[in-house]
Amino acid sequence: MHDRGAWPTDAPIDRTEHELADWELLTDALVHSLASEGLMNVDELRRGIESMPPEEYEQASYYERWVYSIETILTEKGVLAPGELDARMGT
Amino acid sequence: MTFRVGDRVRVADRAHEGHHRTPAYVKGHSGRIERVHGSFTNPETRAYGSEGLPEQVLYQVAFDLDPARTYVDVFEHWLEEGR
Repeated sequence: MHDRGAWPTDAPIDRTEHELADWELLTDALVHSLASEGLMNVDELRRGIESMPPEEYEQASYYERWVYSIETILTEKGVLAPGELDARMGT
Repeated sequence: MTFRVGDRVRVADRAHEGHHRTPAYVKGHSGRIERVHGSFTNPETRAYGSEGLPEQVLYQVAFDLDPARTYVDVFEHWLEEGR
């Protein structure tokens, strides 16, 4: 799924930029903090993103993919309990 | 096998379960070493929590693909001697 280079397509490339929301900046900061604490590295981040079901991957934004991966990797390592984030957020 | 700038190489055409950084569109293709970037930790093992050692040499390889010449960074353990 992640390895989509050279897939033929006629779809136009969306080059629009948007102002980053606070949660997106925080997500970026969180990944850097996790890396400096030795809890998660960028290759794990990428692997977590690649583990997304293709339809979820397609629908998610750039930083939503990061959040998905952070939760996956930290749950795998036992830093987060399964479902802990959802429970804390009341979702 | 260590390569030098100008060497012809071929990217191994092998499946790999799990995280790796070798794009499918260059697997099985031949190219030319353009640059030796140096040695780096291996993302294939680092993605699963290891230190990624031993380091692997990373090369910039030029491929004449359709429709354009394409430059891709490829780790040494994916490269074979090419023609």
